[in-house]
Amino acid sequence: MDTFVFLTTILLPALFDGLIVTLELIATAAPFGLLAGIGVAVGRTYGSRWISLPLRGYVAFIKGCPLLLLLFILYFGLPSIGIRLSPFLASVIGFIFCNSAYNSEYIRGALLSVKEGQMIAAQALGMSRWQSIRYIILPQALRRAIPGMTNEFIYLIKYSSLAFMITAVELTGAGKLVATKYFLFNETFVVIAIVYLFLVTVTTVAANMLEKKFAVPT
Amino acid sequence: MDIIIILLDWIPYLFLGLLQTLGLVLASLAVGLIFGLPMALGQIYGNRLIKSVISVYVWFFRGLPVIVLLFLFFFGIFPSLNMSSVPPFVVAVVVLGLRGAAYQSQIFRGAIQSISEGQMTAARSLGMTRFQAIRHVILPQALRIALPGWSNEYPTVLTDTAICYAIGVQELLTRATYMVAQTYITMPIYLAIAGVYILLNYAGMKALNMLEKKTSIPGFGQGAL
Amino acid sequence: MGADKYILRVEDIHKAYGDREVLKGVSFNVRKGETKVFIGPSGTGKSTLLRCINQLTLPDQGRVFLNDEEVTNSGTRINYFRQKIGMVFQNFYLFDHLTAVRNVEVALLKVKKMDAAAAREKALEELRRVGMEDWADHYPAELSGGQAQRVSIARALAMDPDVILFDEPTSALDPELTREVLEVMKNLARQGMTMLVVTHEMGFALSVANEVLFMEHGKVVERGTPAQLLNDPAFTRTKNFIGKFRDYNEE
Ligand SMILES: Nc1ncnc2c1ncn2[C@@H]1O[C@H](COP(=O)(O)OP(=O)(O)O)[C@@H](O)[C@H]1O
Ligand SMILES: [Mg+2]
Repeated sequence: MDTFVFLTTILLPALFDGLIVTLELIATAAPFGLLAGIGVAVGRTYGSRWISLPLRGYVAFIKGCPLLLLLFILYFGLPSIGIRLSPFLASVIGFIFCNSAYNSEYIRGALLSVKEGQMIAAQALGMSRWQSIRYIILPQALRRAIPGMTNEFIYLIKYSSLAFMITAVELTGAGKLVATKYFLFNETFVVIAIVYLFLVTVTTVAANMLEKKFAVPT
Repeated sequence: MDIIIILLDWIPYLFLGLLQTLGLVLASLAVGLIFGLPMALGQIYGNRLIKSVISVYVWFFRGLPVIVLLFLFFFGIFPSLNMSSVPPFVVAVVVLGLRGAAYQSQIFRGAIQSISEGQMTAARSLGMTRFQAIRHVILPQALRIALPGWSNEYPTVLTDTAICYAIGVQELLTRATYMVAQTYITMPIYLAIAGVYILLNYAGMKALNMLEKKTSIPGFGQGAL
Repeated sequence: MGADKYILRVEDIHKAYGDREVLKGVSFNVRKGETKVFIGPSGTGKSTLLRCINQLTLPDQGRVFLNDEEVTNSGTRINYFRQKIGMVFQNFYLFDHLTAVRNVEVALLKVKKMDAAAAREKALEELRRVGMEDWADHYPAELSGGQAQRVSIARALAMDPDVILFDEPTSALDPELTREVLEVMKNLARQGMTMLVVTHEMGFALSVANEVLFMEHGKVVERGTPAQLLNDPAFTRTKNFIGKFRDYNEE
C-alpha cells in the first residue's frame, strides 16, 4: 500500500482515537495523583507514627513494584478476590498509585526544606497546625516541588502506554494493532514517537512557564 | 498447602527469569555507562555539532515510553536491518542501554558542571593537557558526585525491565504471567513477584550505598549537586 | 494590689531539656501599657521564657494568665491566645512566599476570617504605622533586614494583640537598621502597647523600659527600674553584665 494512503486513511485516524484515550488516562490520573501525593507527603511528614509508617510502606511498595506488575495485579489479580475493573479504570488507579508515590517524595522533600521558622511564626499568629501547613508551609513546598512533579507528569505521559498491556487501547496500542495488521512497523512507530515527543516537549515548556509564573524572589 | 507445593515446583522456572531480569539490569546499566559518560563529556567539551547531536539523542530517548522504543526496535529497526533473528533479550539490552545512556549522560553532565572552573585551571597550569585534566582531575571528582544520582538509575532500570514482557523477553514478570496462566493462581504469584522486585530494589540500593561510602573522600562532595 | 490590674501574669515557669534546667521558676506580672526588658547572657533561657508565654514551648511547670484567663493548659484555645499575644523574632520569620502586605493580612483572613477588603485595609494601615506602606508589594527577599523586621512588627500588630513579645528583634541587624526598628518600637511603647522585649540594646532599655529584668542561668536574678539599675549599688551583676557589653560593643 502507498505509504501516504496508509498514513492518512488508516494510521492517523486510528492513532487519533488512541491519543484521545491516552489523554483521558493522563487527565484522569494526574489530578488525583497530585492530591494523593500531597496527602501522602503531609501525612508522612506531619502525621503520627500510625499514619506515617503505613504511608512509608505504601511508597516503598509502589516504588519497588514495577508499574506493569501493579497493573496486572489490578486487572488480572483483583478479579480473583471478586473485584472487577475495566482496563481503563485499572490503568487509572495504577497510574494514580504510581504518580502519587513519586510526587509525595518530591513534596515531602520540599516540606522538609521549608525553614522551621515559618511554622513557628504561623503558630505564633494563632494558626492551628493544619492552618499553618495549609496556608504557609504547603504553598512554599509545592512551588519547590514543581520541577520534580513535572518530571513525574512526563513519566505519566510515557507510562500511560502500559495501559495497552492490560488491553486499554491507547496511543501505543492503537498503533501496534494497525502496525501488526498492515505490517508497517517503522512508519507506525515513528509517527507514534513524534506524538509522544510532542506531548513531552509541550509539557516541559508549559511547566517552565508555570514555574516562572509562581516564582517568588529568593 | 497445595498452593505452596505448586509454587515450589515453579521456583527453578522463576529463578531463570530472575537471572534474566538481573542480566537486563546489569547489561543496560553497563551499556548506559559506556555510552553515557562520553556523551556527557561531548556535551560539555565537544563542538557545536557534537553538542546538538547529543542533545537530540537525549531528547529522543528520554521523551519516549520504553514500550514504544521496544516495539520500534523489535518490530521495526532490527527486522529492517535483516536482524529479525536477534533474540528479544538482546533487543531489550540495546533499548534499555541506549535509553539509560541518555539519562546517565545528564547525571554525569550535571556532576561535571558542578566542579569549579578553578580545578581545570589549576590542572592546566601544572602542564596537563585538557584530556589529562579531565581524566585525572575532573572525572575522579565528578564521578563521586554523580554516584548518588547514578544509584537512582538502578531502581528505575530494575522496574523498567518488567516492560520487556511486551516483546517476550523471558524475564521475571513474563514467566510469572505464564505461571499464572498455567496454574490459575493469580494474587499469590503476583504479590510474591512484587516482593522479589522490592527485595532486589532494596538489596541493590544497599550495595550502591556501600559503594558510595567506600569511594567517599572526607569533606568532599557534601551538598554538591 | 488586685490581680485584675495585670494584663499578663507569669507564675513560676520551669522548663528543662533533658537534664538541663533552662528555666528554674520565673515569675512576673505586667500591667497594661508597660514595657519590660529582659537582659542577660545568651543561653540563660530568655527565648525559652518568651516561647513558654505563648506556648510555642510547653513549660514543665508554672502558669500564664492573660487578662485572668489561663493560657497554659488551654488546649486548642491556645490559638485564640496566640492572636492576643503577638511575637516578633530575631530572624523575622516573614512568610517567604507572600508579599509584605499579604504577610500582614494572611492571619487576618485565615485566622480572624476577615473579609478580603477589610483585611487589606487593616494590613496597609499597619504597614503605614511602621513606615512600610511603600513596600507593600515586595517579597521578603527584596527587603532589607530592618524593613523585614518592621513588616513582621506590622504583622503582629494587625492581630490587635494585648501584648507583644520581642525576642532580640535587632540582633540580626546592622547598627543603622537597628535604629529604624528601635524607633518603631519606641513609638509603640509611647502609644501604650504592652511589650516584653529581650534585647541587648541598653539605650532602648534605659529609655523606654518600666522595668529591666536581668536573667542568668534560668532565673531572674535582679530586677528594677532603669534609674535603680543605674544608681543603686545593689545591682552589681546587672552593672557588671552591662559593662562587659559596653566594652564588647566598643571593641
Ligand atoms: N529545643 C531545645 N532543645 C534542647 N535545648 C534547648 C532547646 N531550646 C533551647 N535549648 C537550650 O536552652 C538554653 C536556653 O536557650 P534560650 O532560651 O535560647 O536562651 P537565650 O535566649 O537566653 O539565649 C540553651 O542552653 C539552649 O541550648
Ligand atoms: Mg535567645
